[in-house]
Amino acid sequence: MRIELEKRPGGSRLFSFVSPLLALLLTVVCGGVMFALLGKDPVSALYSFFIEPLQEVWSLHELAIKAGPLILIAVGLSVCYRSNNWNIGAEGQFTMGAIAGSFLPIVFYEWHSPLILPLMLVMGMLGGALYAGIPALLKAHFNTNEILTSLMLVYIAQLFLDWLSRGMWRDPQGYNFPQSRNFVPEAILPEVLSSGRAHWGFVFAIVAAVLVWFMMRFTLKGFQITVLGQSERAGRFAGFSSRGMIWFSMLFSGALAGLAGISEVSGSINHLQPSISPGYGFTAIIVAFLGRLNPLGIIASGLVLALTYLGGEAVQLSLEVSDKVTRVFQGLLLFFVLSCDTLIHYRIRLVFDRLKGASDGAA
Amino acid sequence: MRKIALALAATAATLIGTAAIAQAADKAKICFIYVGSKTDGGYSEGHDRGRQELEKALGDKIETAYLEKVPEGPDAERAIERMARSGCSLVFTTSFGFMDATIKVAQKFPKVKFEHATGFKSAENVGTYNARFYEGRYIQGVIAAKMSKTGVAGYIASFPIPEVVMGINAFVLGAQSVNPDFKIKVVWANTWADPGKEADAAKALADQGVDILTQHTDTTAPMQVAAERGIHAFGQASDMIAAGPKTQLTAIVDTWGAYYIKRTQALLDGTWKSEQIWDGLKDGILTMAPYTNMPDDVKKLAEETEAKIKSGELHPFTGPVKKQDGSEWLKAGEKSDDGTLLGMNFYVAGVDDKLPQ
Repeated sequence: MRIELEKRPGGSRLFSFVSPLLALLLTVVCGGVMFALLGKDPVSALYSFFIEPLQEVWSLHELAIKAGPLILIAVGLSVCYRSNNWNIGAEGQFTMGAIAGSFLPIVFYEWHSPLILPLMLVMGMLGGALYAGIPALLKAHFNTNEILTSLMLVYIAQLFLDWLSRGMWRDPQGYNFPQSRNFVPEAILPEVLSSGRAHWGFVFAIVAAVLVWFMMRFTLKGFQITVLGQSERAGRFAGFSSRGMIWFSMLFSGALAGLAGISEVSGSINHLQPSISPGYGFTAIIVAFLGRLNPLGIIASGLVLALTYLGGEAVQLSLEVSDKVTRVFQGLLLFFVLSCDTLIHYRIRLVFDRLKGASDGAA
Repeated sequence: MRKIALALAATAATLIGTAAIAQAADKAKICFIYVGSKTDGGYSEGHDRGRQELEKALGDKIETAYLEKVPEGPDAERAIERMARSGCSLVFTTSFGFMDATIKVAQKFPKVKFEHATGFKSAENVGTYNARFYEGRYIQGVIAAKMSKTGVAGYIASFPIPEVVMGINAFVLGAQSVNPDFKIKVVWANTWADPGKEADAAKALADQGVDILTQHTDTTAPMQVAAERGIHAFGQASDMIAAGPKTQLTAIVDTWGAYYIKRTQALLDGTWKSEQIWDGLKDGILTMAPYTNMPDDVKKLAEETEAKIKSGELHPFTGPVKKQDGSEWLKAGEKSDDGTLLGMNFYVAGVDDKLPQ
């Protein structure tokens, strides 16, 4: 006996919309069971996990800080993935963007000028884009697998940052601690509102999401992306260049990841240090798929993922559960999203070997 | 569809309806933030032991809370702010890298008291505290020189900050008090806690012929490597004897409990004020794990050294001491002042390594 997935005839529009919500609900229920097994009151645990962080203004700011880079990176990745280019190395492009953008405030640390911030942002985008250009070049001209190359470049970027913040760019007044000088106030991305820490990085993310949504929906470029992603051959018959699309999508997602990197460093950290990201570039892949590669969906999924970080911290503090709970929740969420999706498009069928011939015949 | 909508609505209603459950308690809340896991077997576990002792001693008047594995950076600031907002009256931020975040949050919450471990920035409501770990390092050096056949010890270091450099120097000076030609090799693991990197460093050192390992990183991985290779090692921050019953000579055990109780009592009495505290063996903020796996004469020497440090008869940094480059640092009989130690960025003679600059 074996289990087979059989495609359902015709997808349900309704369920493809409801499926992420259903997955969220299942995650909550499973999480509640988990808390109960841990001997904690599931209701108050779920309350501190999902509701408490949303009740206070400062906490909403923190949510925006956490969601900003996730959304920004995921929006870029959605363009890539829709065009069938698999950039897995956003974490590296994020890091390179942060490094390139930090060049000015670290090397010219006495330069006070309102120009510095825009220049940093542009350099951050360039840094991320150029770094994504490497796997783009390799794929477009040597047909290399971009999943592999972009992923491996992540480690190079991280080690480069490590080397810089321990070596050349280390703060001479920092007691040898591996971090750079603090940026001058002009080089720090300002807060959006005076009520909390959230900086303009979140605004960039929202603007990028809306612009990309517009591009995908209403422009020829968006159409090219979709067509080439679904069928390269069909795209080529229509006169679209698949090589050009490799370049466009990789550079575009690299630039957004780089912008996220420099925004994070400038707005939240204020200096470079060996580790600047808790894996935003990888978590953004989950965010992109959770948002069904739709920029507006990505805003929602980015906020949900950010909430799991804050919620994990809140339950840890109030109920003394392990910090691993955050990871478990993220895992559960992804698992249920994927399985809900699968079961909406496919149905499970048990196939008995004895009847194999018959069922094959029927199919 | 309607069923699902109903289910969602019902869940939301339950969650919102029980919102009033969380309540503030009357007891003072004392909070701790750890960079590692509270069961890391090393540094963070040492602080958590202190927290548990505090709870045992003053549990009728206070409650404690903690956050573990908080990365140093923007996440730390949020975590500390969350503590300040959740009603903590005293927050212990237990890692060097939490320094700037502690100061930033403290400015926003002038009524909350903070104590930052091993840092050098303070404020009206931010005190600092640290232990003179170098006293224990010196004793380890003495033991190492007695036990080593090759005359070379391996040192797994974390970051080249003064705290770590100070430990390396104290170890070397202790060893040279027994064997003036004693050498150490240093590997920079560039992490506080990473079993993989620490084990790699330990293997590299063992391959280079050291027969004593000591570490300024927090996990038991080096102890395990030492046990496999049949050499001796010193535990760090917690008693690591379980990881190397035939391997560990002794360990510097962080015993923050007494300190946490003292400071919390001060808070309850209303006498807490920001101080810069640097306590040593005699205050009990660090203790030596039992001296094991060594002959009686070595054990006796170690105990004598410990007693002399406690009584103040012996200061590990007493001249004559030369720097690595051969220049004189301390004249005969001269003792180093605390300021030099806290900013230490040079090696003494006998360290086989170039300090990363």
